[in-house]
Amino acid sequence: MQPVPLSDTSILIPIGSSIDFEVNRRVHMLAAALTNDSPLGIVETVPAYASLVVHYDPLLLTQPQALDWINTRIDVLYSAATEHRPTKQIDIPVRYGAEYGQDLEFVARHCQMGVEDVIRLHSQVIYTVYMIGFTPGFAYLGRLPDALMTPRLETPRAIVRAGTVAIAGSQTAVYPVDSPGGWRLIGHTQLAPFDPRRDHPFLFAPGDTIRFVPDA
Amino acid sequence: MLEVLEPAALTTLQDGGRHGWQAFGVPISGPMDAFALQAANVVVANPPAACAVEIGFSSAVFIAQHACLVALTGVGFSLQVGDFDIPLCSSVYVRANYPIRIKKTGPGNWAYLAVHGGINTPLALGSRSTYLRARLGAEKSAGQVALQRGDLLPIGPSKHNLLELAGRRILEGHDDKSPCYSANPTIQIIPGPQVSHFTSFGLQTLLSSTYTINSASDRSGYRLDGAPIERAITTELISEGMARGCIQVPINGLPIVMQADCPTIGGYPKIASVISADQPVLAQVPVGSGRIRFELSTIEQAQTRYRVLLKNLAESIIQPEIDDYSW
Repeated sequence: MQPVPLSDTSILIPIGSSIDFEVNRRVHMLAAALTNDSPLGIVETVPAYASLVVHYDPLLLTQPQALDWINTRIDVLYSAATEHRPTKQIDIPVRYGAEYGQDLEFVARHCQMGVEDVIRLHSQVIYTVYMIGFTPGFAYLGRLPDALMTPRLETPRAIVRAGTVAIAGSQTAVYPVDSPGGWRLIGHTQLAPFDPRRDHPFLFAPGDTIRFVPDA
Repeated sequence: MLEVLEPAALTTLQDGGRHGWQAFGVPISGPMDAFALQAANVVVANPPAACAVEIGFSSAVFIAQHACLVALTGVGFSLQVGDFDIPLCSSVYVRANYPIRIKKTGPGNWAYLAVHGGINTPLALGSRSTYLRARLGAEKSAGQVALQRGDLLPIGPSKHNLLELAGRRILEGHDDKSPCYSANPTIQIIPGPQVSHFTSFGLQTLLSSTYTINSASDRSGYRLDGAPIERAITTELISEGMARGCIQVPINGLPIVMQADCPTIGGYPKIASVISADQPVLAQVPVGSGRIRFELSTIEQAQTRYRVLLKNLAESIIQPEIDDYSW
């Protein structure tokens, strides 16, 4: 699939047409290849599930120049190499249920299992950060076990507290800031995915892996 | 310190924007009218991306405890220092404790008050821009994100004699070196990555109708009212990266133009994008009453217009002939 202009300051590189681990892995490989020694004028790259956006400064690069540079790196998508940017694995301690996990029992009923089974299934998977968006540090994590798939709320809640662990469809996430939210809330963590005062303000980067660990 | 005596409906701090954090979900923010911010900064001899006060939709009053040099730019506002009317786009020396009154006087939305030295609040992720939803760049007013009455804004240091910088102004003219602000503009767009998700009739609708800006619009996006755009494909798009200017079309067919605080990722198809050179013009179209038309351009023309617009700004400065701007 060919890179196409998204605007007069950005280029969209479509990479696949599904929400899929392998497609997403190639997104992060290309992002890493484009981030290394990028020319002056390339501002940033934004990975999503199945595509990558490159933002550039049109005062420093024309669109043909930006496209040419992308095309010199795009072969990495078709290489057999599996190594890419070093990623972290992060353990997230979670208190399931209780005040901030108020949908845990609904999820158990919806999935026709016990609350303990929901916790066991949710915490036994190693998730990948497919992309970060919606709010600063909101990491879309996949893939949730099929047995836990639960639809979103029809009407989103006005406020979901920072640190709330939630699921929707085949995904899970930790709300990084107080925000509206339509996902099902199943627990809470004391770890802050986003704190602008830290040296590393964000706990997760795209491509990282994450495991939820139930609080004893 | 610059004190906020009366904030406008929306008063925030904005610099050149928060670049480099979109992969972590942080919008760029920055000014709604990037040209006006840069013009205000250049006139007061600041770097073009220095932090200034963005004043939205209504009047505001400030006062400085020390003498300072300020300039106001934007559309639909006038400036009064003490009892004197001051033209826009010109630097003025303001004595300590003289009120700086910014009045909403006509159609337009945003004004920029630049102070020589720049507003010097702490950086958040490399920028002083306020991002309302995540409360970034807003540490100085606990709990409140937009500026409030009584807020004190630190002003950066200067080595210059302020009086010598007073009376600088920008060459005015309706040529290709400045945006053609209008309440009823024709805005240039280039086709978006999902233009094929719409019928040719749908694209024709966008190019032949007039649209107005819905009052539910904000710094994230301008929601347009007018003829709905017909889709050819209704399957959902997998969310992908987004840019300022992109025109998203949700299921109801009414376009939303992404603005300074737009999310980094979105899931609606993008039929087109507003070119950078026309984003300041669109930002200033009066909400509700202004009538917008769109016309197609090419990316080459768009980038050329943008370069002409910004690269000539610094060269358009006129030094004062007589020192009559210092009160």
